[in-house]
Amino acid sequence: MGFFSKLKESLKKTKEAISYKLNKLFTGGVLNDEFYDELEMIMLTADIGASATETILEQLREVVDEKHIRKAEDVRTELRRIMVEILEENPCPEYEYPLIIVVAGVNGVGKTTAIGKLAKRFKQQKKSVTIVAGDTFRAAASDQLTVWAERAGVRIVKHTEGADPGAVVYDAVMSAKSKKTDVLLVDTAGRLHNKKNLMKELEKISGIIGREMPEAMHLNYIVLDATTGQNALSQVDIFNEAIDIDGIILTKLDGTAKGGVVLAIASQLQIPVVYVGVGEGIDDLEEFEAENFIDAIVS
Amino acid sequence: MGLFSGLSEKLNHIFSKLTARGKLTELEIKQAMREIRIALLEADVNLSVVKDFISRVSQQAVGEKIMNSLTPGQQVIKIVNEEMIALMGSTNSALEVAPKPPTVIMMCGLQGAGKTTMCGKLAAMLKKQGKKPLLVAGDIYRPAAINQLQVVGKSVGVEVYEHGVQKPYKTALEALKVAEKKGLDTVIIDTAGRLHINDELMKELEDVKREIKPTEILLTVDAMTGQDAVTVATTFNDRLDISGVILTKLDGDTRGGAALSIKAVTGKPIKFCGTGEKMGDIEAFHPERMASRILGMGDVLTLIEKAQNAVTEEEMQKLEKKFKESNFTLDDFLTQFDNISKMGDLSQLISMMPGLGRNIKISEKDIDEKRIARFKAIIQSMTMYEREHPEIIKSSRRKRIAAGSGTTIQDVNQLLKQFEQSKDMMRAMKGGKRMPFRR
Repeated sequence: MGFFSKLKESLKKTKEAISYKLNKLFTGGVLNDEFYDELEMIMLTADIGASATETILEQLREVVDEKHIRKAEDVRTELRRIMVEILEENPCPEYEYPLIIVVAGVNGVGKTTAIGKLAKRFKQQKKSVTIVAGDTFRAAASDQLTVWAERAGVRIVKHTEGADPGAVVYDAVMSAKSKKTDVLLVDTAGRLHNKKNLMKELEKISGIIGREMPEAMHLNYIVLDATTGQNALSQVDIFNEAIDIDGIILTKLDGTAKGGVVLAIASQLQIPVVYVGVGEGIDDLEEFEAENFIDAIVS
Repeated sequence: MGLFSGLSEKLNHIFSKLTARGKLTELEIKQAMREIRIALLEADVNLSVVKDFISRVSQQAVGEKIMNSLTPGQQVIKIVNEEMIALMGSTNSALEVAPKPPTVIMMCGLQGAGKTTMCGKLAAMLKKQGKKPLLVAGDIYRPAAINQLQVVGKSVGVEVYEHGVQKPYKTALEALKVAEKKGLDTVIIDTAGRLHINDELMKELEDVKREIKPTEILLTVDAMTGQDAVTVATTFNDRLDISGVILTKLDGDTRGGAALSIKAVTGKPIKFCGTGEKMGDIEAFHPERMASRILGMGDVLTLIEKAQNAVTEEEMQKLEKKFKESNFTLDDFLTQFDNISKMGDLSQLISMMPGLGRNIKISEKDIDEKRIARFKAIIQSMTMYEREHPEIIKSSRRKRIAAGSGTTIQDVNQLLKQFEQSKDMMRAMKGGKRMPFRR
């Protein structure tokens, strides 16, 4: 099943109520205040957030005025276009190898699972992949990662629980250099972004990679749980300050949450969504496609 | 916090234009509610919950008398805050105890909410209270989940029962027997994280419930959850009739609006909060703290509370009468300083000093604490007659007062000057039909 159908299927389950509302709205007719209020409600419910919603709707009103749009259906087209543009404004990184991806995020967003799925993707592209168990804090985190490494059929570098994550990363980088590994995927401990010392640790990991393997392409991804509300903005903002964030992996889109906060993130922080997690299977990670993402919300 | 200053500034701006006093008007409330709506949405309170809440509070606020010591904006916030606390329920977070042991606590929630960690925290807490808990590994799906629970159990010194990946209700039934045999009085069942729309996995939880009949079914929710919190909570509650909620990851910087949403749609009490990564980081839920966190106006709320306590109605009326009669004396000035000191931190208080905050620019250094202490000492060194008739205080009296209060003549001059200015200010305000101590 392709991205579109899969994502759409998972997005649509309980979105039907909203879709119904939207369809009624867009086929209804009059573009009055009530129309925009309804639209606002739909966007807020998708976690787009009060300020991003306001900005988008303002833009929409302007376009509607300028183009003398009168039909609700045409408004939908414009709204979709505006939202897609916001998401596509920041291009995803083009991979070069050797590639090191550090995967960070707060607790419980699905970092370890995302790494397992990423490993499988790169493996399928015939790349040699090593997973680095940088989460030495959470109980049994490296056990969990080992299971994923086995499922994906890739190597894993790990130390004992409580070890210094910097040391694990250093070892992994050294072994990647000697083995000429194409892709190094670094798992990190979940940390609430307002914990300064833990953010420092992340900076350290990033520093080691830059120092020991400057020839590699080094990317930092943040994993966001689609269920998260406006706090996602703060998460990306603060992680981005510690280590430059190059992209977002948006997980748990197979639930009823819409993950609309990425629109606010894209417009305020200029960070693209790279992948979306749409299920618990190892293949349930897809490249992000703005149009499909927006369609699944707006249609 | 940025949001906080943003909101209170906006509210102040709205209310500084309003002159009507006495009772809150619909217009005032409407304007304030627009800002409060945005604050609640940014805090991730569900939109429908926000709408309901605001209409309820608005109705209640119309015609409400504005307290003497508060601005209309503060009065609205006070009502909003009180209503929110009432809605979020009591602090009573005691766990139910089964009449015949063991008491069984069943955990449930989405993936990554923090169930396994919370199991450990509950076990540690119960152990501290003298209970004998048993942890049960019911997450048969996530790789190494059983392992994680074992590590957690070990770290808090609580036994863990597991039986591989067989049906969770079977493992749970076995665990009950183990608890009985070993004399353990509380059984905590960890379950796999699941999407509320995954029918098969929800049935699995229903199976556990049917077979085990837990004393408590606790839904664990990530405090950072957005609009979807209502869907999740409603579904879990509909299918399992949960007995309470645990909010995790409150040590982050989330405003935690999900708490309000969940309580509003399920009506079930929020019992505990996870506030850190250590096993001791569990707290009873405090509606007041949560309310001020969601509103993002902790400081304003503290001020309102302090203002309410510090200045009694009676004192207010007495002072106001004095202004009217233009016989405001240095003794009254002293009372005023006492009230200020009672309220605490001055820098915070400037904005709410009646007549001072918004209308007259007074920099913080003008009324710093030391200075007030000095002024108080000076007034206290005066005779009663001097306090009532400051005009008689000429150079020899000034010298005596300065010596008596351990200050300089300049300080005494300054106080007298400030007193005169205050009197002028009051006269001016009275002319504008605006009492400085009433708004």
